[in-house]
Amino acid sequence: MGIRFVLMVNKQGQTRLAQYYEYLTLEERRALEGEIVRKCLARNEQQCSFVEHRTYKIVYRRYASLFFLVGVDNEEVSRAHTFTIMCPNELAILEFIHLLVETMDRHFGNVCELDIMFHLEKAHFMLEEMVMNGCIVETSKANILAPIQLMDKAS
Amino acid sequence: MNPFSSGTRLRDMIRAIRACKTAAEERAVVRKECASIRAAVSDNDNDYRHRNLAKLMFIHMLGYPTHFGQMECLKLIAAPGFPEKRIGYLGLMLLLDERQEVLMLVTNSLKQDLNHTNQYIVGLALCALGNICSAEMARDLAPEVERLLQFRDPNVRKKAALCSIRIVKKVPDLVENFVNPVASLLKEKHHGVLLTAMQLCADLCILSEEALEYFKKRCTEGLVKVLKDAVNSPYAPEYDISGIADPFLQIRLLRLLRILGHGDADASDCMNDVLAQVATKTESNKNAGNAILYECVETILSIEDSGGLRVLAINILGRFLSNRDNNIRYVALNMLMKAISVDGQAVQRHRATILECVKDSDASIRKRALELVYLLVNESNVKPLTKELIDYLEVSDQDFKGDLTARICSIVEKLSPDKLWYIDQMLKVLCEAGNYVKDEVWHALIVVITNASNLHGYTVRSLYRAIQTSVDQEAVVRVAVWCIGEYGDLLMNNTGMLDLEEPITVTESDAVDVIELAIKRHTSDLTTRAMCLIALLKLSSRFPSSSQRIKDIVTQSKGSLLLELQQRSIEFDSIIEKHQNLRAALVERMPVLDEATYSGRRSGSVPAAVSTSQGNALHLPNGVAKMADAPLLDLLDLSVDEPAAPNSSGGNFLQDLLGADISSSSSQSGKIQAQKSGTDVLLDLLSTGSAPAQNGSSTPDIFSISQDNKTSISALDSLSSPMVPPVQASPITGGSPMDLLDGFGPNPPVPKDNGPAHPPIVAFESSSLKIIFNFSKEPESPQTTLIEANFTNKSSEVYTDFIFQAAVPKFLQLHLEPASGNTLPSSSSGSITQKLRVTNNQHGKKSIMMRIRISYKLNGKDMLEEGQISNIPRDL
Repeated sequence: MGIRFVLMVNKQGQTRLAQYYEYLTLEERRALEGEIVRKCLARNEQQCSFVEHRTYKIVYRRYASLFFLVGVDNEEVSRAHTFTIMCPNELAILEFIHLLVETMDRHFGNVCELDIMFHLEKAHFMLEEMVMNGCIVETSKANILAPIQLMDKAS
Repeated sequence: MNPFSSGTRLRDMIRAIRACKTAAEERAVVRKECASIRAAVSDNDNDYRHRNLAKLMFIHMLGYPTHFGQMECLKLIAAPGFPEKRIGYLGLMLLLDERQEVLMLVTNSLKQDLNHTNQYIVGLALCALGNICSAEMARDLAPEVERLLQFRDPNVRKKAALCSIRIVKKVPDLVENFVNPVASLLKEKHHGVLLTAMQLCADLCILSEEALEYFKKRCTEGLVKVLKDAVNSPYAPEYDISGIADPFLQIRLLRLLRILGHGDADASDCMNDVLAQVATKTESNKNAGNAILYECVETILSIEDSGGLRVLAINILGRFLSNRDNNIRYVALNMLMKAISVDGQAVQRHRATILECVKDSDASIRKRALELVYLLVNESNVKPLTKELIDYLEVSDQDFKGDLTARICSIVEKLSPDKLWYIDQMLKVLCEAGNYVKDEVWHALIVVITNASNLHGYTVRSLYRAIQTSVDQEAVVRVAVWCIGEYGDLLMNNTGMLDLEEPITVTESDAVDVIELAIKRHTSDLTTRAMCLIALLKLSSRFPSSSQRIKDIVTQSKGSLLLELQQRSIEFDSIIEKHQNLRAALVERMPVLDEATYSGRRSGSVPAAVSTSQGNALHLPNGVAKMADAPLLDLLDLSVDEPAAPNSSGGNFLQDLLGADISSSSSQSGKIQAQKSGTDVLLDLLSTGSAPAQNGSSTPDIFSISQDNKTSISALDSLSSPMVPPVQASPITGGSPMDLLDGFGPNPPVPKDNGPAHPPIVAFESSSLKIIFNFSKEPESPQTTLIEANFTNKSSEVYTDFIFQAAVPKFLQLHLEPASGNTLPSSSSGSITQKLRVTNNQHGKKSIMMRIRISYKLNGKDMLEEGQISNIPRDL
């Protein structure tokens, strides 16, 4: 599905989790995050959840004080014989964000910004079970959480 | 010590960072933490390694450099325990990337972990490899990954499948190794495995034609069946999302079917039923359902046509478009752009709705809708659609105006049915959003206006009205100023009235008012002001009674700090004052600009037919060569090779004058004298005291103004520009034409008689200065002559800042070497030498000649001397 990055940002625009699936330098990341966050946070509830920015299409969704932003390729990958396949399904990405939040909810119990901050590595582990190399790996919450719960039990 | 209890110190750090009120405080905290982590790294502290790494991840997320932690990741990965490995791999994926050499060190650990007995550790290694592996690692570890595609645990198989995607993208020649394993993975039941296997399958199809053919034949039916099962499956809680069975799987299936069905009638046929089923059975009241429908529509539009399905798809899009939810409308607009190529008629039916979306309050929707409208416009609907868009331009957001204006202009240019409509629409756009209009758009408008001779009156009157109301739009001002200058006389008497037009009463001074206002407006930039000056010059001739007032306005720019304006102002002032008899001819109507040439030039290709200017002109740095527009070029073309046409008007008179064809010079001189108006103007221009050789003023090119604001307008200006020594000029060959030319010069040059061949000649001598030319030839190229110029100072004062400049006609090429110095001692007690290399393309037929200019400072005062050198022997 060509996910290029997943960001979690609070209302103030501070990054709480950032996972990139392509290489960007530290400066590029900071600049990109700043621009995107400014663009998305300025939009209101009624406006659609999609913002085009440079070569990205950003699909975002707000949960309480936390924004979940997913960047996908805006450019279609087409081959010489002209079939286009990699154009993102924005609605599916939106659904994916919701699945991510539900998964975190199930683990943390009503997930909030602080949960993600103080358990950053766990949030990453969950994301790692769900997305790999920009593609969705698993959509079953039980399957996603199984290894994490196993770890919790072991400790 | 368990790393996942996060240790109090990680929490402490996060709290400390959160407590920071300013960025500076935060930086201080981070610096302190980084220092202690560095210390721990150098102590090789094992106990806190994972905690340090967790901190580093946090610091990295905040955007601080964390490269010193990279080795720690490797150490943790090499540790035996799962918790250490886990955090190590996470750090690896976050802090490192494939470009770093450190990554090579991890290949061995990865290989061991891929063969580990613990499936979770295998999973970790696969995940890391899938996220960051480089081409070399991909090659090294591909066999392991291939083997893991058949691993007993499905959770490892799914990760191995995604890992394979990265491997085949890095090393495409490994594709064939994966085709067979994928075919078997596609038969599995586990959703995770299916999902990832389908993604791998899609990527294999993109990378390899053979793989695509293979999957088309072998897997289409199976996948159709999987989709059918998914659509009809009973409630499966684990994968259910709001009542729909695993939407992610369905979307993935539809996506893969799209690839397999594209351009393949059999495969498309095979999936028709199930697509119809998805399109009709999926509920559209939830986002997940809409996501599937959206994907389904795209698949239907991409595969081979089967009548009924497409109707179904377009209907779904119609439903989406009228949905209240902005997300749904957005994707509908997105998809309609693709549907246009499939069924343009069907999309046209939604035109009204789409047009509404252009006016939506949501920028994302507006942008999509505008692009869609742009694709929808055709000859039959261009008028109503353009009207809508222009009406909307009035009320649109500032930041949307740029896009909108560009699109409207492009539509109008592409599809205008007639010139009147084109001009009307462009004027409206200019009035509403003139500041967003690109230069080439209003250039094109002027080209069209010059071509529409029956609309000149109408246009100039409309522009006159427009500039009254939209004086803050730069582009309106420019076009209006140009047109009023050009067609100002048509303003007065309502010439060429159209039926739809209301007559207006404009006096000459009203028209001048407009220009005056524009030139004095402090927001006007150089281009606008330059255009105003030219317009004023034109008007001074069109409105003789306002001439004095215009002169006053022109004079005001004499003090401009902008060189271009100052110079033009001085030139124009002297034209208005001294040369009233010539002015009319000088500012005649511009020749019609050639539309084909202009549009050709816009698209970057200058038709060869008009690029008559060769040789030196191409090297001029002032844009002459660029503006290869036929009519203007004629004016500026100093070609001497072409036979002079004495009685031609307009363009050629300059050529006559400047064409220094020696053989015909005597007869020509007579003609020049006979030819009153045109030639005299230029003669005077060429010798108007301190500002010699300006002819550009009479042929201002609006295009070159905007292209090169900084450089001068005409070719001959370079004569007076000290920056540009090698220029072309108008050498005169003695006799009456020269007298004419130099009548007003401050220092009339004294032409010498032809001297004998090869010995040095006195090229130039005045009361204060003497120039001697020494000649030498390069034996291998008879066309080239080397001249060593020797300057001596005959006066009793030292000359400083001595600069010698020369210009030659087109059949010559001149290269000036740097002079030996710029200070010339007094009383012939020293000299400056400078080498000139002249190539004569007409060697043997014409002799070398040049026009020279010498500037220097005498007691701090600027001095200038000029002259022609035409006494160079013909055999050189």
